[in-house]
Amino acid sequence: MDNEPIISLRGIRNQFGAQVVHDNLDLDVWRGEVLGVVGGSGTGKSVLLRTIVGLLRPRAGSVFLFGQDALAATEEERAMIDRRTGVMFQDGALFSSLTVRENIEVPMRAIDGLTPDLRRALADLKISMSGLAWSAGDKYPSELSGGMRKRAGLARALALDPEIVFLDEPTAGLDPIGASAFDALIKALSRQLGLTVFLVTHDLDTLHATCDRIAVLAEKRVLVSGTMQDMLNVDHPWVHEYFHGPRARAAMAAKDRND
Amino acid sequence: MNGAASSLLQIEVSEQDTGSRIRLAGSLSVQTLSRLDAALRALPTRPTRLDLSAVTRLDTAGAWAIVMLQKRMTDAGSLAEIDGANRQQLDLLKTVAAALPEIPPKQVTRPGLSERLATVGRAVAGGVTFLMELTGYLGIFLSRLGRAVLHPREFRLTALVHHCQEVGLRAVPIVSLMAFLIGVVLAFQGSAQLRQFGAEVFVVDLIAISILRELGILLTSIIVAGRTASAFTAAIGSMKMREEIDAMRTLGIDPAMALFVPRILALLLMLPILGLIANVMGLLGGAIMSWIELGISPAMFRTRLIEGTGISHVIVGMVKAPVFAVIIGVVGCHAGMKVGNNAESLGRMTSNAVVTAIFAVIVADALFSIFFAQMEI
Repeated sequence: MDNEPIISLRGIRNQFGAQVVHDNLDLDVWRGEVLGVVGGSGTGKSVLLRTIVGLLRPRAGSVFLFGQDALAATEEERAMIDRRTGVMFQDGALFSSLTVRENIEVPMRAIDGLTPDLRRALADLKISMSGLAWSAGDKYPSELSGGMRKRAGLARALALDPEIVFLDEPTAGLDPIGASAFDALIKALSRQLGLTVFLVTHDLDTLHATCDRIAVLAEKRVLVSGTMQDMLNVDHPWVHEYFHGPRARAAMAAKDRND
Repeated sequence: MNGAASSLLQIEVSEQDTGSRIRLAGSLSVQTLSRLDAALRALPTRPTRLDLSAVTRLDTAGAWAIVMLQKRMTDAGSLAEIDGANRQQLDLLKTVAAALPEIPPKQVTRPGLSERLATVGRAVAGGVTFLMELTGYLGIFLSRLGRAVLHPREFRLTALVHHCQEVGLRAVPIVSLMAFLIGVVLAFQGSAQLRQFGAEVFVVDLIAISILRELGILLTSIIVAGRTASAFTAAIGSMKMREEIDAMRTLGIDPAMALFVPRILALLLMLPILGLIANVMGLLGGAIMSWIELGISPAMFRTRLIEGTGISHVIVGMVKAPVFAVIIGVVGCHAGMKVGNNAESLGRMTSNAVVTAIFAVIVADALFSIFFAQMEI
């Protein structure tokens, strides 16, 4: 890990009308780590993700990506940042008029000198790496199941081998076997590619299996962040309930069995 | 960026007695892939050693190029070995090699005569099925309508009133304007032609017969088909998409009774009224234009209208209205139920419903014309 954080948020304030979602929120993400963001419903986990990737401009505060002020960046600088990040939306957000392979080729079109054959071969590789059958490449998103759409969404997010990938609820709606496979996939990719992963999740198994560090959103800010061990010792009612509830215990037992 | 990217990668190839030696330095990434792949493809088939010790960044695209080189060399009976890679890079190379898709060669078959015939056959069978389904929906509507008469409690009067407002009342302005303009156009064009024969006064018959018999109800139906068939499909289709129809069935509510009957019945009640409004507005437009253009006073227009045009024309026109209404309603509801579970099919079925409804209305109108001509009405 470098000394400088790859993502750095300072004093973020997000507000919709009179409703304040984030107030004076600070967060650092280090290069190469997998950060899991948790929080109750309505604490603005997805809003935070949208703020970092530039879909939502915060009312106040600053967002630093790769050490660069993303809010003050020019359009070209922003495009460069976007090329170094990838986002997987909750339901994949695949373009419905394109096949899976064409979806993955979309970001590659921005690269000069990539021939259609190279693009196609790389897209097939990404499809295969994300755990889809190669034949899925010719299918349209409407022909895929929810889990397959998520995998295709991940393949598109990874199309340009970004340095940071943002995942919004990657395992929500997957069966337990598919979810575990997805966790393993994220972990393996982050290790082999030196990928930084920012993932928003509710899934305690995912937190145990993949995350190096966890950030808890509550009271309009990042309440605490640290390893799973740190979380278990936090003395805050919600955090305690979250990490010591019956589901948490089951997830921990599963983790211990696997280790 | 791309200029900088290509300078990020250095490739040194040295040919030795024992084989090729390639020293790669810099970034092997998707940005530099086209150069790297071209350079590696140009290598001769002989034992090759790749030195990765000076590589600063290796991503899946770079790894793919190296794995493909190894695969090519192995297939050609040679070997490509890797030196100086760290563990992470070796891991990545292994993952990429394992993930390399095995794509079986595509079987390209030219469609023969029998397949072409089969395509035609499928299209015909599809058309017949479609007609049978429409007939089935008509049957469902009639049976539920009968049920509503026998069990009035199950009938949803509020829904009927709501749909009457949507289908009828809200369509009055557009239908009136359309009919008025058609009347104006007929008077204008008719007067220009009839003046040549000094038969200006027959413009009244022209307007009255064409509007009352054909244009009033046909054009109203076409506008309603565009407005209402699409609205039916969109409303029922989005309910189908969100599994609301399935939820109704599990709750013991009959979707046909709850959704089809109020909608189609509202059309059945409203389309004749809209047609009548269109007739009146068309005659009004024609009368005003005749007055301006030909100097036929409204009183003269009225006298000529009553003398020259039989009531049978109005009846012939109005008789078609209920038939058109049922066609539009059934087509709209059927298309709505055909929507799948994605937004794309909703859009496709909505536009299908409009095209089918308009087409069916025109076909029915043609059949009516033949029928009335044969019956000499």
